[in-house]
Amino acid sequence: MSNDRKRRPVLVQMETPNLIPERDLGKKPVLEAHDLGIDFGGLTAVDDFNIAMGRTEISGLIGPNGAGKTTIFNLLTNVYKPTRGTVLLDGYDTSGKSVVEVNKMGIARTFQNIRLFNKMTVEENVLVGLGNSMSTNLLTDVLRLPRHWKQEAEFHDRALDLLGIFDMQGLATTQAGNLPYGAQRRLEIIRALATNPKVLLLDEPAAGMNPNETDELMENIHKIRDDFHIAILLIEHDMSLVMGVCEVIGVLDYGKIIAKGTPEEIQSDPRVIEAYLGKQEVK
Amino acid sequence: MSFLSDTTRREVFAVTFLTQVLNGLQLGSIYALVALGYTMVYGIILLLNFAHGDIIMVGAYISWIVMSRLGLSPVLAVILSVLGCTALGVLIDKVAYAPLREAPRLSILITAIGVSYFLENGSQLVFGADAKVVPNFTDLTTFQVGGMSFSFTAVLTIAVTVVSTIVLNLLVQKTKLGKAMRAVSEDMGAARLMGINVNTTISFTFAVGSALAGIGAVLYSMAYHQATPTMGIMLGTKAFVAAVLGGIGSIPGAVIGGLVVGFAEVAVSAIGLSVWQDAVVFLLLIIVLIVKPTGILGHPMTEKV
Amino acid sequence: MEDIDRTEEKRPTIKTGFGAGKGNAGGYRALPMPARYAINAVLVALFLIVGESMIGGGVVSRYQTTVLEQIGIYIIMAVSLNIATGYLGQLPLGHAGFMSVGGYACALFVMRNMDKFGLTFATMATPSLASVMLFALGLLFGGVCAAICGLIIGIPALRLKGDYLAIITLGFAEIIRVVMLNIDSVLGFELTGGAKGLTGIPSYTNFLNTFIVVAIVIFLIHTMMKSRHGRAIIAIRDNEIAAEASGVNTTYYKTLAFVASAFFAGIGGGLYAGCIGVMAPAKFGFMKSVEILVMVVLGGMGSMLGSVVSATVLTILPEALRAFSDYRMVVYSVVLILVMIFRPQGLFGSYDFSLSRVIERIMNHDYPWRKKPKDATGGEVSADVER
Repeated sequence: MSNDRKRRPVLVQMETPNLIPERDLGKKPVLEAHDLGIDFGGLTAVDDFNIAMGRTEISGLIGPNGAGKTTIFNLLTNVYKPTRGTVLLDGYDTSGKSVVEVNKMGIARTFQNIRLFNKMTVEENVLVGLGNSMSTNLLTDVLRLPRHWKQEAEFHDRALDLLGIFDMQGLATTQAGNLPYGAQRRLEIIRALATNPKVLLLDEPAAGMNPNETDELMENIHKIRDDFHIAILLIEHDMSLVMGVCEVIGVLDYGKIIAKGTPEEIQSDPRVIEAYLGKQEVK
Repeated sequence: MSFLSDTTRREVFAVTFLTQVLNGLQLGSIYALVALGYTMVYGIILLLNFAHGDIIMVGAYISWIVMSRLGLSPVLAVILSVLGCTALGVLIDKVAYAPLREAPRLSILITAIGVSYFLENGSQLVFGADAKVVPNFTDLTTFQVGGMSFSFTAVLTIAVTVVSTIVLNLLVQKTKLGKAMRAVSEDMGAARLMGINVNTTISFTFAVGSALAGIGAVLYSMAYHQATPTMGIMLGTKAFVAAVLGGIGSIPGAVIGGLVVGFAEVAVSAIGLSVWQDAVVFLLLIIVLIVKPTGILGHPMTEKV
Repeated sequence: MEDIDRTEEKRPTIKTGFGAGKGNAGGYRALPMPARYAINAVLVALFLIVGESMIGGGVVSRYQTTVLEQIGIYIIMAVSLNIATGYLGQLPLGHAGFMSVGGYACALFVMRNMDKFGLTFATMATPSLASVMLFALGLLFGGVCAAICGLIIGIPALRLKGDYLAIITLGFAEIIRVVMLNIDSVLGFELTGGAKGLTGIPSYTNFLNTFIVVAIVIFLIHTMMKSRHGRAIIAIRDNEIAAEASGVNTTYYKTLAFVASAFFAGIGGGLYAGCIGVMAPAKFGFMKSVEILVMVVLGGMGSMLGSVVSATVLTILPEALRAFSDYRMVVYSVVLILVMIFRPQGLFGSYDFSLSRVIERIMNHDYPWRKKPKDATGGEVSADVER
């Protein structure tokens, strides 16, 4: 069930060094980066990063620790300002936009070290994510006019529905900080989904999960992609998840992509093996 | 002054200008000494020690007690003031701040406010709200250089501040304890793991900062001859502004900040707008914080995302 | 391409059928919202009736009435500061500045417009349609002036973190104080009265209208915090970076919280002016800001009940302990230190009292001493966080 080979997508090589699933061909890539790079003082953390994601593509970004994967997420969401290169969302350039604006444009992310609103309940965390879909103004809410109640009820249902992805409705009134680790990670994903993104960036979603939970996560990622029609890019160290769910994988080492391809190609690529394991001794 | 000749008028202006410069340096030096204490404590435990200004107040009262009430020598007053301030600073840390090492920053900030209140109101209770006159430490008041007279106190203040800054810098850069201080201020956890006794280092930081405050108290008393329970508030706040202006956590920054604030105050006074003195100092702070939030010599702290 | 209209896309609504149903886990009976409001309204009316009858019946002296009014005023001060400290998570140290601006503005507005409303110094203090209208307008004017100051201060201040924000707000408040002290000499005519202050303010503040204003202010703050705006503000406090990444416009909401805090502080100042009758700059220095901050911290940041209780206690206490007033401040500071060391979250932490929730728990037999029943997922059935 987890290593389902039946739905292996057919990948098409594009003009740029990017691969895209065949079903997404013909539509504009939802997320693109061209020659993206960033220097911190004298250190080049990321260089020459290119990506073009199909609208419903699930991709993975792997590489040794410190390779720059989270830095790329920060670049894609404008937490960092790139030193060179551009990021395009749906063809629109995101340069100069704030993190908040980029989220409104359609990118949502989770964090490597979980960043929940710990003092708020699970449901409230999701409601914050849903905030930009709400339309009442301050006066309506403060004076508790009928529109306020309608909206609260509607979004209460929407929040619970989202929590249903991971069967977490029962935890709606629990304080987020009190959740077990795995549940916290899942809540972060739900909160990100609540912002109605076109692309979802997941930073190590399987960290701290056991093999069962990882399998469930794999299913859920597929379901999320199928039901929400979004693209998903994940950073992960858990190879079973990566190989099982990703259609395209990029391997990052010292800030540069050293290999890009299908899971099979990546697994047998000597450069990848070298990056992870070091140069093999010649016996 | 139309009856004066041009040369005389120029001379008067020059003397006035130089006097004001000296005043600015003197006031700035006192602020610098106090600001150093603020900046060191903030650098190591990220606390804005509101009680710092009140430590100076206690130092001034000690001087008053030793010289006025006990009639002992000024030298003894200086020694006891500095020692007293040092001891008080370390005591406050041990009693009020050390239990809150792991607490949220706000709690310890409010505790500092509580300590400040305690010192102010306690002094008022013990000594009364009226100003106590601190007698002269020395009979030297002015000395002549090239036909102009300079205030001895002013020159002494500046000299002491320069020496103190140099000594402090040596301490922080060259000694083992100084290295420990820098390590703890960068990363308390890592320093602990490297075998550094964090609590001792912090106490030492408080000691040094408070000693500087004690010196500041002596110099202040020399200049203004007054001890009141509330003298620490404005002095402390402005020195605090100086520390932030110069970049909190930076030793040269504190000195620069102190001088800037001192000069600004003297300049405003000299123009005749002394009622707006305090406002100008704070306005300066606001401008600096807007333009360069970390202060003149401060380094920005980035949060890892 | 400044505004991307996402609504045009045909996206599936987020009812994906994932959810197993509505979330009333375990059948917990909840009070409907109208009932909750009715209960609170009854509670408020009760307090009001009791208070008014006591004053009208002469049970409470003139002096004690003034203290009651001051309790109301400081409740407003504490609750308004709580918006920026407890809920937004910042530490503004210049709250007294907003109180001062509001007080001066309201007092001047009332005094300069009394004759237009056909009122005199004496009749302003007696209830009539004209005096109530002028009172309300004056308070609003004071609040708006304070809010404008809040906006001016907030724009630079909110770009800074933690301690820097504390210092810059302190600086602004000091500037306000010095301006209030000296502006008359700059303007050339008497506006604020300088050091001696603004005197001869009619006593338009009485127990009834203070109570009503306090009730309205608490209601408005409560409704704001328990809405999407409040959630955004608390999200910023809990994790600003995550809030940004989740689309919360942090600049807007930080400013909103700060301005709201200033607005209500201005209203408190306006009431203060009508209660005490004199506005003097010396009264609104750093000390006053600290007094209000202490109320918020001791009561528990983020707890409205805490602010109300501690504002009440800390207003009554100095009056009650007048005999020991020398020792009062020393004891006060020691208590402050001890509370911060041993119970830094304050009396109530971030707990917020809700009579409706108490009734709900009674309805569901959810007593603290009873073992809670488990629901299907093995979790506990109860509302452990305030709704």
